[in-house]
Amino acid sequence: MQVMPINYYIFLSVALFTIGIVGVLTRRNAIIIFMCIELMLNAVNVLLVAFSKMHHLNAFAADQLTTVGTEAQLFVFFIMVVAAAEVTVGLAIIVMLYRNIHSVDINFLNRLKH
Amino acid sequence: MPLSEILFWFLTALALFSALMVVFSDNPIHSVLWLIMVFFAISGHYILMNAQFLAIVNLIVYAGAIMVLFLFVIMLMNMNTDAEPQKSQWMRIAAAVSGGALLLILVAALKDNAGAVSRTSGEGSIGLIRNLGKVLFTDYVLPFEISSVLFLSAMVGAVVLGKREKNSKPVNH
Amino acid sequence: MNKFVFLIPLLPLLGFLINGLGRNYLGKSLVSIIGSGVLLASFALSVAAFNWVNAPGFKPEVIFYFDFIHTGGLRIPISFLIDQLSVLFLLIITGVGSLIHIYSAAYMHEEAAPHFARYFAYLNLFVFSMLLLVMGANFVVMFVGWEGVGLCSYLLIGYWFGNNEYNKAAKKAFVMNRIGDLGFLLAIFWMIGQFGSISYMEVFAKAPTASVAVITGITMLLFVGAMGKSAQIPLYTWLPDAMAGPTPVSALIHAATMVTAGIYMIARSNVLYTLAPASQDLVAIIGSATALFAATIALKQNDIKKVLAYSTVSQLGLMFLALGVGAYTSGVFHVMTHAFFKALLFLGAGSVIHAMHHEQDILKMGGLKSKLPITHLTFLIGCLAIVGIPPFAGFFSKDEILIAALQKNPVYYVLAVATSLMTTFYMFRLYFLTFGGNFRGTDHQWSHLHESPFAMTFPLIALAVLSVVGGWIGIPTLFMEDAHRLSNFLQPVIAPPSEVHHLEHSVEWMLLGAVLTLVLVAILLAARRYGKNFKVENTETGLSKLLANKWYVDELYDAIVVRPLDALGAFLGRVIDNRVVDGVVNGVGKAVQFGGRQLRLLQSGQVGSYVLLMVASLIAFLILQLFWKP
Repeated sequence: MQVMPINYYIFLSVALFTIGIVGVLTRRNAIIIFMCIELMLNAVNVLLVAFSKMHHLNAFAADQLTTVGTEAQLFVFFIMVVAAAEVTVGLAIIVMLYRNIHSVDINFLNRLKH
Repeated sequence: MPLSEILFWFLTALALFSALMVVFSDNPIHSVLWLIMVFFAISGHYILMNAQFLAIVNLIVYAGAIMVLFLFVIMLMNMNTDAEPQKSQWMRIAAAVSGGALLLILVAALKDNAGAVSRTSGEGSIGLIRNLGKVLFTDYVLPFEISSVLFLSAMVGAVVLGKREKNSKPVNH
Repeated sequence: MNKFVFLIPLLPLLGFLINGLGRNYLGKSLVSIIGSGVLLASFALSVAAFNWVNAPGFKPEVIFYFDFIHTGGLRIPISFLIDQLSVLFLLIITGVGSLIHIYSAAYMHEEAAPHFARYFAYLNLFVFSMLLLVMGANFVVMFVGWEGVGLCSYLLIGYWFGNNEYNKAAKKAFVMNRIGDLGFLLAIFWMIGQFGSISYMEVFAKAPTASVAVITGITMLLFVGAMGKSAQIPLYTWLPDAMAGPTPVSALIHAATMVTAGIYMIARSNVLYTLAPASQDLVAIIGSATALFAATIALKQNDIKKVLAYSTVSQLGLMFLALGVGAYTSGVFHVMTHAFFKALLFLGAGSVIHAMHHEQDILKMGGLKSKLPITHLTFLIGCLAIVGIPPFAGFFSKDEILIAALQKNPVYYVLAVATSLMTTFYMFRLYFLTFGGNFRGTDHQWSHLHESPFAMTFPLIALAVLSVVGGWIGIPTLFMEDAHRLSNFLQPVIAPPSEVHHLEHSVEWMLLGAVLTLVLVAILLAARRYGKNFKVENTETGLSKLLANKWYVDELYDAIVVRPLDALGAFLGRVIDNRVVDGVVNGVGKAVQFGGRQLRLLQSGQVGSYVLLMVASLIAFLILQLFWKP
């Protein structure tokens, strides 16, 4: 199978992450910001899986039965678990917010100042 | 050019393009749909790296469950392009500049790795459900069980937050 | 016995605590019983300790209690040294102290109960500190006691704190003492640096190994401490002002005990002083100069207590002269006899003041001998003792000092004799103005004159007896071979002066006769001038004006020390404090306020701006982390 340099995955991840940040910065819709955060999480996941693969391949040459790299993939799994829980609660908060102020514009959420 | 490399570049381009569209679509519904496209592209990358379990979970959990949740919420609020709030020009420029600067810095910091032998490909079978499951249910069984508690509390939290209180009024300070 | 030694200082401390804490609850009689009782008990223990020390085969004993400071190589224990010298001072302090406590109970009876208890508490605390001072087995314990007596002196001089003049006198005493204490403290530091120890035993054992220059430096610094505490030139001016305190305080602190702390210190460090001839010379010069100088001032004072105060300064000068010429035993002997007769004179003066309703001006007294017979008689004994008429106590000790001075240098001898003659003159001037002639006060005072109660006359009588017989423990070889019991007693702690060329007995007899004749002439002169036919003259001219104004020393100090310091203080207050310090403080406040006002703008409440800032700082951190190569 074709070997891909790890750098490609790093740059992909960095690009996705930056796009997520730009999204968080430019948008005022709370839901879109939330989605951009998910995008950033996924960028990190890609990177974790890529590194897991890299380490696994390096160990694989010496030992066909190695399990090096499993932890990173499990980590990604747990990130997804936490993200799912987070989304549930986050969306519930946004719904309640909308119910109270009839908007999801974060510029109305400036009560932190007080 | 081998097929896997073609696939890699295609999926990368798709992911980046879809991500940009998520940020720049005016309609929230379109954003959600483009985000689903990003997840599909990322799942494709997982499959290229032979991480089949994560690819499927990504599709089911993210693209399936979470994004549907987003869609529901957006539709519930009846959002569309007209209602979409827009940031000021100044804020957009600042956001673009800082985002660009971050990208620049990260790339500049990481570009020195270009010649390294680190690589990745589809070989190895740790990404298969069987192998991951073995580790998950032996070494990581406690975190796994605890994550179920997390889900439970998230569920309870969502219900409590979402329930409309009796004689509750909009809070206006 | 050594198990009970700690009780000697502890009892007065207990008295201090009980009287001090219970001052609002205890009655006056209870307070005076506690205050005097602890001292009497302490005195009894001191007598027991004396018997223990006096027994044959006794060796000086260091009684260790606990470590005060133990750091690095330095160990400063709280421990007591019981030997001949300290036990002698114990007897003086607790003995005279007890008599003065009893006297105080009657003298202070007009005070309100809480103040009465405060007085006794201070007095007990003073005795505690003084005992600590003489019992300590190292210089640090001595210093603790040294500071303690300074504090008590301050508290007691300012006992009537309602009067601001008294507070000023107390402050003056304290500040002057501090100047001396600094010298003492520096000496202690130097000893720690040089010998690595402050225990008497070790320092004295190691002293011969140090260079003469070092020993001279240490002893001179120690002497600076003694100058402050024992009121020597140039730090003597506090003692006459200290007469602001109650008269028994003047008797106890400013005549009998505290001011002799300097003598004790130098006698205790006699090993060091013997190694440093330059310091000895300094001590002798300062001592003789102070003796003469204070005596001249005393000639023209009209306040009964001021005369006695200058007399004390002068007598202390004589003691320092004795120490300076190497006659440590004579110095200590004079401390003892001086404690007796000067306490007696002060208490007698107190009795007079008490009878005269707080009149202290001797020009307004006169003819008191018929009304105050006991006071008169005891006061006369005190006068005879201080001027050195045999067989009273002062004769023996003063004669010893004179002989020792003559053996060292005739100049010292001439100065000391001049001092004695002036002492005679002013003491009898005081005596005749107070007790002789006609009464010069108001008729009202005359009709109320009365002899003091027994609690006051008893200490007078006891001290008068001691002033008569106190000198008999030091009979010179001139009269009787090997009869100087004090010298034999102190032999183990104070080495006798070496290479003394003894005077011929005939010369001694001749000098003795000459001095006695001169003293008698001085008494007659004083009697002629201030006896029956004395009239108050207000015209003071020339030298006598200079003396009446105490050589303008206070004014001189005021001009060269106090006023420049005041000016400096005013300058610092006006410029440095107001402009610089306040400027910095206010500037910091203003800068923070300004910065806060600017930073507040960042706190917009807009989540977007927070995120933007977060990203900006993330970028900054990344740049720092990845690209910053210092």
